[in-house]
Amino acid sequence: MAAVLDTGDISRALKRISHEIVEKNHGVSQIVLLGIPTRGAYLAARIAKFLEEIESPVATGTLDITLHRDDLRLRPPRPLLPTVIPTGGIEGKNVVLIDDVLFSGRTIRAALDAIGEIGRPKTVQLAVLVDRGHRELPIRADYVGKNIPTSSNESVKVNLSEIDGIDSVEIVGGK
Amino acid sequence: MKHLLSINDLTADQAISILDTAKELSKVSDGAMKKLPTLRGRTIVNLFFEDSTRTRISFESAAKRLSADVINFSAKGSSVSKGESLKDTAQTLQAMGADAVVIRHGASGAAQRLADSGWISASVINAGDGTHEHPTQALLDAYTIRDRFSELQGDFQGLEVAIVGDILHSRVARSNVLLLKKLGANVTLVAPPTLLPVGVESWGVSISYDFDQTLVKSNVVMMLRIQGERMNDSYFPSAREYSRSFGLDSVRLNMLKKNAIIMHPGPMNRGLEISADSADAGNSVVLAQVSNGVLVRMATLYQLLAADQNSEMRM
Repeated sequence: MAAVLDTGDISRALKRISHEIVEKNHGVSQIVLLGIPTRGAYLAARIAKFLEEIESPVATGTLDITLHRDDLRLRPPRPLLPTVIPTGGIEGKNVVLIDDVLFSGRTIRAALDAIGEIGRPKTVQLAVLVDRGHRELPIRADYVGKNIPTSSNESVKVNLSEIDGIDSVEIVGGK
Repeated sequence: MKHLLSINDLTADQAISILDTAKELSKVSDGAMKKLPTLRGRTIVNLFFEDSTRTRISFESAAKRLSADVINFSAKGSSVSKGESLKDTAQTLQAMGADAVVIRHGASGAAQRLADSGWISASVINAGDGTHEHPTQALLDAYTIRDRFSELQGDFQGLEVAIVGDILHSRVARSNVLLLKKLGANVTLVAPPTLLPVGVESWGVSISYDFDQTLVKSNVVMMLRIQGERMNDSYFPSAREYSRSFGLDSVRLNMLKKNAIIMHPGPMNRGLEISADSADAGNSVVLAQVSNGVLVRMATLYQLLAADQNSEMRM
């Protein structure tokens, strides 16, 4: 079990992503960050903190996509996680979705559906800490912390100090 | 959890998980997000052998908000009035591919019979069976209480609940007693002795014949409907006398604790068990109960139907 990223790596990656978000959107005034629970929500909070240091505070919320998943039938029922849309909404804003790992792309597809129900943002961008490949849908990330090529029988475990007590990314399993 | 037939089918944790799910659903269905794709392609049959307004509409709108297809079946105007048995009706529904059957029936145990019979493979949800149980009503009442007393999270420890009126015929009372006790509340039943069921001492609740005495210490006052259709008027001398002893009138309204809430499962007999000013008072949550009903039923349908029924809830 090899740790691919440690605390410093994660922090630097998120900081770089924050700078890229500011650069690409010419500031942060129209930005809404939406983290996908569980870990995406913590990453969103961290990026929000960086953005505040770089420019100014940004609207931050969370988006639970459980009800929009296409694999609900295949798995045990999951408890719903909080969805918090910032006051001011997402209408006409540049929404940055934030998740920990980009894999098949199905979570993001569900998130796009969920966003479509809430309003019509000007753009939707995607930031992920890890892109591990193996996409099943035509979806890509705008901001990537690290590309980690994996084999499909491995899995990528992201630990964040807020819930896991430690910051690290490791590759688990596989042969 | 495949069926929801009785509150006894649920552990306290499962009940709380339904309430939490409903809470999350309240946030997503509040704003513009009215319809969710979660149960697209599933068929839910409302099988109603007894009249109902809010329960049927509530289940129908819960199912529709989750994008399920809904078939409404009421005994009146169907082959049941030609003498079709429950078994044949059920098998017809099975042949049509129902994923869930929401059943209300006048006979206690009808939902259990449908679930255990092997006639159908669908999930069965009890929407009221005779004088036995009405689990989703108890869940929506618990949700409403939790919503009003925000300090209550996991359990209802220390909460004083009075359930007043026709306990004998009330499936709502039975389900509520089971659930409220499971969640830790103190329940007092208030009714004339004729409207208390045999064996009520074993329910583990307090019993009072004096409404005024119970009223002043209660946080929640749940009024039950006097069920004209289930009684022959010999349970109390007159409607007026009942109203005077057990009705929530304007005098009693003023005796309520400051933050106490008034609940009623509906339909209300205004002027009998509840006066018009009590029903419309600021601390009456009767309409909140109706809107919460949709959320709780969405949560129930989600937990029973969203996933493969053989797998357990992932916590």
